[in-house]
Amino acid sequence: MYSHDVVIVGSGLAGLRAALELAGNLDVAIVSKLYPSRSHSGAAQGGVAAALGNVDGDTVEDHIYDTVKGADFLGDQDAIELLCNDAPRTIYEMEHWGCPFSRTDDQRINQRAFGGHSYLRACFSADRTGHALLHTLFEQTYQAGGKLRLYSEWHMLRLIIEDGICRGVVAMNIHTGKLEVIRGKAVLFGTGGYGQAFKITSNASANTGDGIIAAYRAGIPLEDMEFVQFHPTGLYEHGILLTEGARGEGGYLLNGEGDRFMSKYAPSKMELGPRDIVSRSEQAEINEGRGAGPEKEYVLLDLRHLGAEKIMERLPQVYNLAKDFIGVDCIADPVPIQPTAHYSMGGIPADNGCHVYLDEKGTQVVGFYAAGECSCISVHGANRLGTNSLLEALVFGRRAGKSLLQDVPQLQLSPVDEDREISATQRDIEELYEGPGTEDLDTIREELKQTMTVKVGVYRDAEGMVPAQAKLKELRERFAKVRVGDKGKAFNINLLEAAGLGNMLEFSELILDGAMAREESRGAHFRNDFPTRDDEKWMKHTLAFRTEDGGHELRYKPVTVTKYQPEERKY
Amino acid sequence: MANNKVLFRIQRFDPEKDEKPHDQDFEIEVVPGATILKTLQRIRAEQDPTLALRFSCGSAICGSCAMKINGHAILACKTQVSECVKDGMVCVAPIGNLKILRDLVVDLEPFWESLGKVKPYLMPAGEAPDKERPQTPDQFGTIDPSTTCILCGACYSDCNALGVDSTFLGPASLAKAHRMIFDSRDAQDQPRLREVSERTGVWDCTHCGECSTRCPTETKPLERIEEIRVQAMADGHHGNAGARHALGFRETVGKRGLLDENWLALRSVGFFNLPGLLGLMPVGLRMMMRGKMPPMIPHSIDKVDEVKRIFARFEELRK
Repeated sequence: MYSHDVVIVGSGLAGLRAALELAGNLDVAIVSKLYPSRSHSGAAQGGVAAALGNVDGDTVEDHIYDTVKGADFLGDQDAIELLCNDAPRTIYEMEHWGCPFSRTDDQRINQRAFGGHSYLRACFSADRTGHALLHTLFEQTYQAGGKLRLYSEWHMLRLIIEDGICRGVVAMNIHTGKLEVIRGKAVLFGTGGYGQAFKITSNASANTGDGIIAAYRAGIPLEDMEFVQFHPTGLYEHGILLTEGARGEGGYLLNGEGDRFMSKYAPSKMELGPRDIVSRSEQAEINEGRGAGPEKEYVLLDLRHLGAEKIMERLPQVYNLAKDFIGVDCIADPVPIQPTAHYSMGGIPADNGCHVYLDEKGTQVVGFYAAGECSCISVHGANRLGTNSLLEALVFGRRAGKSLLQDVPQLQLSPVDEDREISATQRDIEELYEGPGTEDLDTIREELKQTMTVKVGVYRDAEGMVPAQAKLKELRERFAKVRVGDKGKAFNINLLEAAGLGNMLEFSELILDGAMAREESRGAHFRNDFPTRDDEKWMKHTLAFRTEDGGHELRYKPVTVTKYQPEERKY
Repeated sequence: MANNKVLFRIQRFDPEKDEKPHDQDFEIEVVPGATILKTLQRIRAEQDPTLALRFSCGSAICGSCAMKINGHAILACKTQVSECVKDGMVCVAPIGNLKILRDLVVDLEPFWESLGKVKPYLMPAGEAPDKERPQTPDQFGTIDPSTTCILCGACYSDCNALGVDSTFLGPASLAKAHRMIFDSRDAQDQPRLREVSERTGVWDCTHCGECSTRCPTETKPLERIEEIRVQAMADGHHGNAGARHALGFRETVGKRGLLDENWLALRSVGFFNLPGLLGLMPVGLRMMMRGKMPPMIPHSIDKVDEVKRIFARFEELRK
């Protein structure tokens, strides 16, 4: 058994930023199933939002309003105020730590346009902003030297909460296959999103919702799980992200007939409408037979008019991805794209100091914190604006660190029954091996992903979701008979994939049932059978609680409104 | 082509069973557009779930899936199978210069350690200003290539210098050093230049160019290493074997029109560096025994004046 003051699970922006706040003051462990530089924060491309006003007259208040409106009024406005107010300081801090930012001619951080933002607000490093920020924090962990203990390639499998007190985690050292308890006075999750449940997704294989499901199984409810963002420009069939910055730099969206179809759906913002609206517009064009390609299954991102020089300077990664993955030279030809599951608005409910809630009344778990995409604080509400996610991870990663600095001196290492925790985790693993082994893991996973993308995707309705509920139930039953062929110890990827699939099957039901229950359309959640927003009944957050029998119960909690009352959302 | 079956010959190693790595063949139908990573995942799903490899983002940014295809390091997620098939076959192996842990998974600890040796973080002067530190688009452009590094290890794998000397910092770490040295905001460029000019640093690179050929990003470590060398020489970091060798090379060719290799060896080590000079003796003896010792009495080429004119003209142009 290992013991630390603080156990941070996840080594993306939120986890690393929190760790740096603590380095030198507390004994910190960073547990990650990857190496820090592999974390999915690094895949973010277009930018990080802050009202620096370096290129126009942007203000923090505009950033707040845009975020509230972008969230379709489901965001908690006190948290959004914190996020936007702290944004400029956050950017300068990252700059001081060495983050390379693209520059203006007057030597300041350059800013570009992004969907749903009314000013040029996205600070960027070409189209590799997440990569630049993640590597900057990773560099800082080297400067912090021995003050941080990295458990890289350790897979967290279980969160230990007993009597309302969080005590640590059980994790597998992937190199040896051995299970260990890592005890902490406090645990912070920065474990990322859950987009792998969808077939077309920009998410990494790693994004299997390990953190949220471990919290859920330990008795924490999950908030707003039905809100999954579909990014408008996923590379056709691959789902790989092509940054919104491509449209921020002036790229067009065309249907099969060559029309800039956004003029119908968001006449004032056009291609720079918020992601939920642009994705729905694309899907509508495809569904109504105006898609491009032989099967009319995609629409086109047209960058040709930007010219080679601008594309290579501002969007080099977009150029490479289109070329390497589907052989399209975006200087000469438009790129086939489709909506792709991208970001998880839902997650572990937490307050503005990242303390995790145990229920809708605001009861907190002692010693458990969440930040970044795995958390639902909720700054993104029903739809996140592009560039607000990197910002959230940094702002709330730091806030989590501040909370820990304040709280941990009053906390202690609580007793953990090591044998019991290890054998319970071992039991879960053995169960995966004990079934009849008649079901194929990959087949179940593909059927799940297909179901989620088709039935619980950009457009949803009861007609599709009722059979999807039956399908998910069937898949869970089949999963009990799944075959895990690798019996080895070191680097048993097969076992960890099976565990990940188990997670996905469980939280997918929460996405689906939350979406079924929410009989309205708001942000990224759109119901064909309830196409309007219903503030009277549904301006509230969903909380899904796990019940004794392995099922769940949905309850709700109110949205925090400070300044901005809900209004019709037009772009 | 109706039948597009490809033979994947994959190097396997299970530490629980095997003493050394061995090859295993998998035949698989490859669809157009399939990447190496997707095909390996299909092999895992359809034929052998025990095949171990690292992967995550699937979009060439996380750097997890570097491996050797047909003997050279690539990033599996962005490489098309069609580009790799030779006589119906693709050979897959773990990246090189690192210990194999299982199948395609290697021990990356030496790689991360090497990175730490170049102090891979910005060290600016003075207090941070209230806002951003100023930097021009050109200054950003100078470090733009080296900041694209995804630390995949493809360069480390195929580096020939690392193959014979594991103390060499390696291409990725030197690219990281470059990213700091040439960052206009960093104040430690001179100490950094001095440190990477020492043994294990930029002068230990043999210029084979494998790192830049294998690099899946714009980092291109060899170019960065060359930029560091030029800067180190310009800033007078001459008190090291690499710089002395470069200077001596110019001196001997400039004076005689050809290399005086004996003199150059002494010049590089340093004429007053007794331990260093003694260290040359075994090499010298071996060369003598094999008849490879260059002539002891130096001579010049016939038209040495022409060479001298070239050097003079070069100096003129350089000024």
